[in-house]
Amino acid sequence: MDHLLSLDRRDLLKAATGLLTGLVVAGTPLARIARGRAWAVDLMVFSSSEAATLLAVARTICPHDKLEDLAYALVIQAVDGQARKDEHARKMIRDGIAGLGAAFATNTENDRVDTLGKLESSPFFQFMRLNTVQTLYSTPIAYAYFGYEGEAFSKGGYLFRGFNDLRWLPEVAPEDGGPMTAGA
Amino acid sequence: MAHIDLRDNGAVVIIGSGAGGGTLAHELTRRGIKVVLLEAGKRQSVDTFSQVPGEAFQQLTWLDTRTQSGNWGVARDFPSLPVWHCKTVGGTTVHWTASTPRLQPWELRAKTVYGNVSGTSLIDWPLSYDDLLSYYERAERRLGVTRRNGVPGLPASNNFKVMYAGAKKVGYRQVHTGHMAINSRVFDGRGSCIQQGFCVQGCKMGAKWSTLYTEIPRAEATGNLDLRIEATATRIEHGSDGRVNSVVYRDRTGQEQRQKARMICVAGNAIETARLLLLSASSKYPQGPGNSAGQVGRNYCHQITGFVWGFFAKPVYSWRGATLAGVIEDEATNDPSRGFVGGYRLELITLDLPTFPLVGLPYGWGRDFASLIENYRNMGGMFINGEDLPRSDNRITLNSNVKDAYGLPVANVHVDEHANDQAMRKHAQGQITKMYDAIGAKRIVAGPTPPATHNTGTARMSADPRDGVTNAWGQTHDIKNLFISDGSVLTTPGSANPTLTIVALALRQAEYITQEMKSRSL
Repeated sequence: MDHLLSLDRRDLLKAATGLLTGLVVAGTPLARIARGRAWAVDLMVFSSSEAATLLAVARTICPHDKLEDLAYALVIQAVDGQARKDEHARKMIRDGIAGLGAAFATNTENDRVDTLGKLESSPFFQFMRLNTVQTLYSTPIAYAYFGYEGEAFSKGGYLFRGFNDLRWLPEVAPEDGGPMTAGA
Repeated sequence: MAHIDLRDNGAVVIIGSGAGGGTLAHELTRRGIKVVLLEAGKRQSVDTFSQVPGEAFQQLTWLDTRTQSGNWGVARDFPSLPVWHCKTVGGTTVHWTASTPRLQPWELRAKTVYGNVSGTSLIDWPLSYDDLLSYYERAERRLGVTRRNGVPGLPASNNFKVMYAGAKKVGYRQVHTGHMAINSRVFDGRGSCIQQGFCVQGCKMGAKWSTLYTEIPRAEATGNLDLRIEATATRIEHGSDGRVNSVVYRDRTGQEQRQKARMICVAGNAIETARLLLLSASSKYPQGPGNSAGQVGRNYCHQITGFVWGFFAKPVYSWRGATLAGVIEDEATNDPSRGFVGGYRLELITLDLPTFPLVGLPYGWGRDFASLIENYRNMGGMFINGEDLPRSDNRITLNSNVKDAYGLPVANVHVDEHANDQAMRKHAQGQITKMYDAIGAKRIVAGPTPPATHNTGTARMSADPRDGVTNAWGQTHDIKNLFISDGSVLTTPGSANPTLTIVALALRQAEYITQEMKSRSL
């Protein structure tokens, strides 16, 4: 996925504003994504150790082993943006991090699941769950990882790019489908 | 475009520019009638539709605060978003998925056919299927509906092949790519579908019918339409004779304006239509205009909806193709031996990757939740679309504890599901499970009930003025020159996606209004 690392920063951030529940507004974009193999997300509120804890929370909520940390870092960036704008959220997250303890990020997954399970009804956990689900799957990194091709208007749709290429089931009787459309 | 003076009391004022309001505006203006069309949202176009799902959602959706209550799953799973409809020129025809089945004749006689079902406020429609038929036919020709009038069906997508194979295995016979208001060939100056899969984000091809780029520009071309965007109606006023005579609204700067009117047609989608009437209470109409029987906001229906996903060993790429282009109609019958009255359709569905875990999956986290998303590309989807039963207390009310930007109470949506609704959903989920099972699904997951998109009933048509809000033409029983022109008037929802019926009723209402104006009754 090396090509993803050369994505324009604005594209990454633009893609990271997915939102459906209307509960939370994504934060102001502030990060700088470094080129090359290394990456860094500049955070305005949280320290690196706090961010490491939050990243472990996000990985525990939506564990995708082969999905690189940068995808999760974009979640933390969104969380950081909200903490910057909202003092109440900032305190709630800080308290949440403190409650997890310093060892949380290095604990085994089973331990992390146990810890979060006990906190499931807390505003902190619900905030982190919503932000993780909302941001993680909205980025080009996630699109590539899950094989999702996204918008296709700019490429002429899927009409000639595989919308009906499934071959492991019988074909549809002509009268129940329809002829290929011309497209324009 | 016409400029109609605020003090001009000769124009018809229509509130809302979606399937009902947009169609009505065109039908009246092309007959020479002056119309002021108030639309709360902004105007987008095929060029401005965002292709980023989260942005498109923000761009098109009605996001003003609402509250909700009741035992339906939406109140638990989507507390801040009870309903999902649009706030933009073209209304919900911008994000709809363009499925356009008709109601069946017996569905207009729900009370007679289903009998006395306790805990419901069922009534029959005040018009018959025969009264509606010619308007259905006109609506289908206008929208270019597939599999009608010789218009070919849409081609079968991968996701449809999965649905089709499963349906055939369990013996269903009425399975096809649907009656869709999506061009399967060039039609009406619009291109044909290129299977982009972004129906809900606004069709950048314009292949999907929307009043945004059909009815509204045509109404503008007549020179009789004054379309005002970012104009939010807040109150309907009346004179001492009881007839309504003006609409108070906020313009884009937040300034209050008052437009005089000869007649007012409300088409703000079932939630806002009811709210506006309730907000317009006066000493003469203490419960709001049109509401002497106390029926405004009651009998709210939303249809039984829900997702079921099948996960397979091989890829489906369900996002490639028109989102809803597939239907199974065998269960759209009334067969009480299934354990419920009324019928349902099963329709093709998928959700884009960002939206899928937020809306498509039941609440969850951890390994199991993530494993479903890992298999996103191998997933097929179906959507349940069934008839829910009207209940008097399933209703829209004003929540005076929560105020909007103008200090007005927001709408509260209350829904307690009837046992019939739950039995139907369970049956439908079971049938989809059988289908996916029959073709080797490794995992089958039923999703939550999503925010409601098929909002109806809150100003329903009724033969007896005590049972509803309007007569068979959407004219309020109480006030001759106050009409309801959207899905609010549907007496019962049936199992058909509502838009075609809304358009057919708008065509019928436009004829009635024109005749009444000519004969000076209005």
